[in-house]
Amino acid sequence: MTASPFRAEVRSTTDLATIVLHGDINVAAEGDLGAAYAAVGASGASTVLLDFSDTEYINSTGIALIVRLLADARRDRREVRACGLSPHYVEIFQITRLSDYMRIYDDAASAGDVATLTATGGQP
Amino acid sequence: MTFIESIRRTVGRGAKTVEPDAEPTVAAVPAASQTAPGPAVDIAPTDPLFAYLQAAPGVVDAERLELDSAALAELRGGGVKVIVPLVTQGELIGALYLGPRLSDQDYSTDDRKLLSTLAAQAAPAIRVAQLVREQAVEIQARERLEQEMRVATLIQQQFLPRELPQLHDWQVAAYYGPARAVGGDFYDFIPLPDGRIGIVVGDVTDKGVPAALIMARTQSVLRGEAPRLQSPAKVLERANEILLPEMPARMFVTCLYMILEPETGRVVYANAGHNLPYVRTADEVIELRATGMPLGLLPGMDYPEHEAVLAPGQSVLLYSDGLVEAHDPAGGMFGFPRLKELMAVERPGSDLIDHLLDELHRFVGRGWDQEDDITLVALQRTGGRAVALADHDPDRAGERVLLQVSLPGAAGNERLAMDRVAEAVEPLGLEPARFERLKTAVSEAAMNAIEYGSQNDPAIPVEVEAVVVDDDLVVRISDRGLGGPMGEAEEPDIDKKLAGEQKPRGWGLFLIKHMVDAMEVTTHGTGQTVSLTLHLKGVDDDSQSVPG
Repeated sequence: MTASPFRAEVRSTTDLATIVLHGDINVAAEGDLGAAYAAVGASGASTVLLDFSDTEYINSTGIALIVRLLADARRDRREVRACGLSPHYVEIFQITRLSDYMRIYDDAASAGDVATLTATGGQP
Repeated sequence: MTFIESIRRTVGRGAKTVEPDAEPTVAAVPAASQTAPGPAVDIAPTDPLFAYLQAAPGVVDAERLELDSAALAELRGGGVKVIVPLVTQGELIGALYLGPRLSDQDYSTDDRKLLSTLAAQAAPAIRVAQLVREQAVEIQARERLEQEMRVATLIQQQFLPRELPQLHDWQVAAYYGPARAVGGDFYDFIPLPDGRIGIVVGDVTDKGVPAALIMARTQSVLRGEAPRLQSPAKVLERANEILLPEMPARMFVTCLYMILEPETGRVVYANAGHNLPYVRTADEVIELRATGMPLGLLPGMDYPEHEAVLAPGQSVLLYSDGLVEAHDPAGGMFGFPRLKELMAVERPGSDLIDHLLDELHRFVGRGWDQEDDITLVALQRTGGRAVALADHDPDRAGERVLLQVSLPGAAGNERLAMDRVAEAVEPLGLEPARFERLKTAVSEAAMNAIEYGSQNDPAIPVEVEAVVVDDDLVVRISDRGLGGPMGEAEEPDIDKKLAGEQKPRGWGLFLIKHMVDAMEVTTHGTGQTVSLTLHLKGVDDDSQSVPG
């Protein structure tokens, strides 16, 4: 397994915007993740779904970015959901109690994502 | 007419101001007394009189000359009536100062012609005399320097080893190339009990005989103390104490002392401000890091001791700064990165030195004036059994080493540390959840080591080691402790973080503690080590340590 640069895509419907996270989530993801959440804000969606199905590595600085996004979403009265986490990262979300603040689903469909790709953040 | 009574240097050549007590070469005249010497006035090149005399067509009437010149005022005050410039090939090399005529009459046209003719003939003769004198002084200085260099070289040669040690399974090579001005480089091989051998590479600041004498003294001290004290740290400590009171002002000695156990490849070393040795492993070239103050600077110095093991096929290079600080014609420096790059190519011992010297000569080009001594000592382990470092430490007996690697302390390399450990422990067949937890713990511990211990500096490595001891897997991550010892972190609390009462970061230690069965932080002389333990037996694989 080698390091994989981060990028984020945003797809949204009226109610739900999905941020699809690709690659490693570490301190280097800060800019793209922030831009992706800003795009969610512009969409006006009331729920944001973080799709981790293309993420193999999240470190503590990546956890901190998710905490920040969660804080921003709470400020904006926006619900946060997560899907596609490996069992190991589900465990980490439980240990850190991130799971207390975001519901965790197996995949995007079960989390209610029926949207199409409409916008991107980061490099394709 | 009173005439020249003394010859004295009165003007500087080029842009130099003549020293008031410069050697006498050109003329002055009597003033008040008809037999006493006249004023010995030096004319600075910046004085307007200097330029005036250099361009003057002949004799200059001092009393009628209108110039804002300190020298002119002084000459007039001393009774000088006329000045005769001594110019040859457009260069003012002196002047004759004349006082009043004995008859108190003005200087006649004939007098002036005579003086001009005299000056025109005297000037080249005086210049030739000046040149001969300068050349004699230069030759004398050069001979003195050459003699000094011969003595320095002789001293140096007396103290360098006459032959290289013959070690089974090792190829040893050494090179010493003195600069023209002979610096204070030295190297040595000191036989020690039990077949071990002490290896020294050092450099005395300064050049010539003083540096050679200090080099000789340092080498004597090391040869005397090494067999008695054994430990490199203690040998350097003792050498520092002995040399300190004897060291001339502004001189000191950098020195790396390493003890090699040829049979096992184990090296123990300490450093007194010298260049760090490079080790070429199968994968990379790494530095053997060790710090310490040069010898002879300050009392009571400690020299932390380090260990490494050279496996068969690996080689180590000890060197002085004459190589890395050599310059090419454009002023570029040979530098450490180039040396490291050249080291990376596998070559048997003597070939490595030849290769480095070939590259050096290619770099510096023809007509290179070697600025400093160059010393290279290369040892390559050509055979023998691979012995892990842990095998030498009685406290770590019974450890099975899975991985020992040194990684550059660059941001992002925690991922590399994680991958290397994952690869090394894979054969243990850990349960997938525990395997993933270990990876996260390693990544977090390595990130701490890189961010704090190495301050994200790629040149400051982080060591990662994985061993099996009894029924435990232990991963040790060691850093250089640049950020100081690890403090107690505040327990991260998601509620507080979301409320803005804690920063979003600060999860690293928390995660590590929840990912492994035990975590221990030890601080030592060179930094700190985080040890992560996973029990290999008697664990409930499904257990999760989720806080309530």
